[in-house]
Amino acid sequence: MLANYGYKDGSGDFFITIDTDKCDGCGACVEACPAKVLELVENEFDLDAETDVAAVTEEHKKKIKYSCGPCKPAHGYKTEDLPCVQACKPGAIEHSW
Amino acid sequence: MTEDYRMVKEGKGAEYWRWTESRWTNPDLDWKQGEVVSAGVDVGSVSTQAVVMVDGKLYAYSNMRTGSDSPESANKAIEWAFEGTGLTLDNLKATVGTGYGRVNVPFATKAITEIACHARGANFMYGPTVRTVLDMGGQDCKAIHCDEKGKVKAFLMNDKCAAGTGRGMEVFADLLGVHINDVGEMSLSVEEEPPPVSSTCVVFAKSEASGLLREGWDKEKVLAAYCSAMAHRIVDLLERIGVEKEFAITGGIAKNPGVVKRLAKELNIEPLPTDMDTQIAGAMGGALFARALYLKKMKKK
Repeated sequence: MLANYGYKDGSGDFFITIDTDKCDGCGACVEACPAKVLELVENEFDLDAETDVAAVTEEHKKKIKYSCGPCKPAHGYKTEDLPCVQACKPGAIEHSW
Repeated sequence: MTEDYRMVKEGKGAEYWRWTESRWTNPDLDWKQGEVVSAGVDVGSVSTQAVVMVDGKLYAYSNMRTGSDSPESANKAIEWAFEGTGLTLDNLKATVGTGYGRVNVPFATKAITEIACHARGANFMYGPTVRTVLDMGGQDCKAIHCDEKGKVKAFLMNDKCAAGTGRGMEVFADLLGVHINDVGEMSLSVEEEPPPVSSTCVVFAKSEASGLLREGWDKEKVLAAYCSAMAHRIVDLLERIGVEKEFAITGGIAKNPGVVKRLAKELNIEPLPTDMDTQIAGAMGGALFARALYLKKMKKK
């Protein structure tokens, strides 16, 4: 399941997409994120699931553009180099910007 | 004194946004004959629904405005759904709380996110062919992809701003002094479709609309401009996850043909019809999950 956390506003699309089928709930991304944007939660979309999945915290959902700002310098970056994406071995995390 | 001002002064019409609450009991079902009575309670930011199901069939529901106290709203909603049926909380085998206030349902067995519940509920209401569910709620807007079982495949939620939500429409109903139930039809009565208001933000859209009224636009035209702006905004949001057929709209805005028809036209997809109250989809999904949870628990024993 693709969970899109974030928003779209006048300045663009700001979404972190977590593929809950790929996420194994290891929590490496939670550790890696310097802004503490991610957390592990119960997988409410699959009642049979045994492991938790990563999700964007309630606190950061609506300001994700700014929360992720420090990892995204204006002079350029690649989304695949972001600490959360790097930390995720199964490749479950994507950024839209 | 203008007419609108007088109406507000006299205590009439100050509450154009007050949409109609409702309840319903299935006359063909008797819960005493059934085995599993389950319930779902969806405490939203604006409205609260309670759905009671007997063996997976819709038995009763209530749909009312959420008060300032979420647990109290949940209690009131379930009591209203029970009205005249003889049911009490003790008869419920399992209850799922969902929506914004899902952790505040005192009698719930479990809380489940409204995204999962809406997909499941829409699957029941519109049939298993539904692949995209657009829930236009009071203070948020969700687009959900689901499979033939109503299981979520992808979702996207906008709860950051009021554009494209029921609350935005309420603001316009109040501004124009048109009852919220009439907004949609009235917006469709324009001869020629006006350009949409340019602001996606409700606050700015409201000031833009005030300007249009001053320019001499009539109410119908301003409503048309807003409904089409809302439809446009939703199409924009849907772009991210795409729209797969069949397509269904749930939530309060689904009752507004002014937005639904414009949305259908812009997407070029006709939403599925239903004869049920579109606002109960979340609570319906909750009741279905509650039943599944109960059956699973029994199986384990």
